[in-house]
Amino acid sequence: MDDAATPKAAEDTPLVVAGRTFTSRLIIGTGKYETYAQNADALKASGAEMITVAVRRVNLSNPDEPRLVDFISPGDYTFLPNTAGCFTGEDAIRTLRLAREAGGWNLVKLEVLSDPKHLYPDMAETLRAAEMLIADGFEVMVYCSDDPVYAKKLEEIGCCAIMPLGAPIGSGLGIQNPVNIRLIVEQTQVPVIVDAGVGTASDAAVAMELGCDGVLMNTAIAEAADPVRMARAMRHAVIAGREAYLAGRMPKKRYADPSSPLSGLI
Amino acid sequence: MSDVRTHERSSEAVLQLTVNGESRSIAEGARITDLVTDLALDGRKIAVERNLEIVPRSQYSETALEDGDRIEIVAFVGGG
Repeated sequence: MDDAATPKAAEDTPLVVAGRTFTSRLIIGTGKYETYAQNADALKASGAEMITVAVRRVNLSNPDEPRLVDFISPGDYTFLPNTAGCFTGEDAIRTLRLAREAGGWNLVKLEVLSDPKHLYPDMAETLRAAEMLIADGFEVMVYCSDDPVYAKKLEEIGCCAIMPLGAPIGSGLGIQNPVNIRLIVEQTQVPVIVDAGVGTASDAAVAMELGCDGVLMNTAIAEAADPVRMARAMRHAVIAGREAYLAGRMPKKRYADPSSPLSGLI
Repeated sequence: MSDVRTHERSSEAVLQLTVNGESRSIAEGARITDLVTDLALDGRKIAVERNLEIVPRSQYSETALEDGDRIEIVAFVGGG
């Protein structure tokens, strides 16, 4: 298509999290890939500018083990250290202080989980941990349940992004409670990013059509049969969902409404 | 090895450390930078915690290790 002939839609505003500006509204995780090389290829295809990373003990018995940072440079992407595996505020702050030393930044993803069966966030402990981290100078993007009451509390104590789950982590079930996600979007002044539950491109589009500011996903890309191709699909899905949200969808009707004029029929 | 013997050994020339949960010895007088070198780690890509306190990279060469130190050395890995 000739771009010059395409009417220009009004420009979208970029995603701004804690003063950092991102063109892409897609954030991807770096877990579960077959190799870091495949991970890097998927990242390129996704167009994402921010990635989540975990902090773990260095393997002392094999110092030559491939390292994430050899494949994905912190100079090219915003690393978002997570607190996966932490169950208390104390664990989270210890992990993220180490991350800050390893990487030198304050923007982090807080997740305080509970039962491994559903990996639902422990919201009371998440709120306490977020307060501790903010007091320690961190800018906290917080993984949370889709409960609008807790989402509000997290915003009020100063979290810089609210990240409700769409469905359990790694489940790929899609947005299970669009009513709650929309409530959270409507009440929140900081970015709302659906984190967890996306399984395929339409799920990401649904999240964006609900008015979310972004989507964070890992397994949907990493465990697709062709992760690089799925990464590209997600890039388009997030753009399409955002554009549809901005465009404003047509009202739903109960009956058909012909698209061709009824007058002038032969 | 008995506790007494361990103490004697450590007072001679060797420090006993716990590094990432594993026992490890290093020469007395060693600093964090020596441990990082011993382990063949690239100091730019890791973070070090000594007895629950972070050791800033700029202080690796000044921070002396002591017998019984618990050291954690971490790096970024893939995660969601």
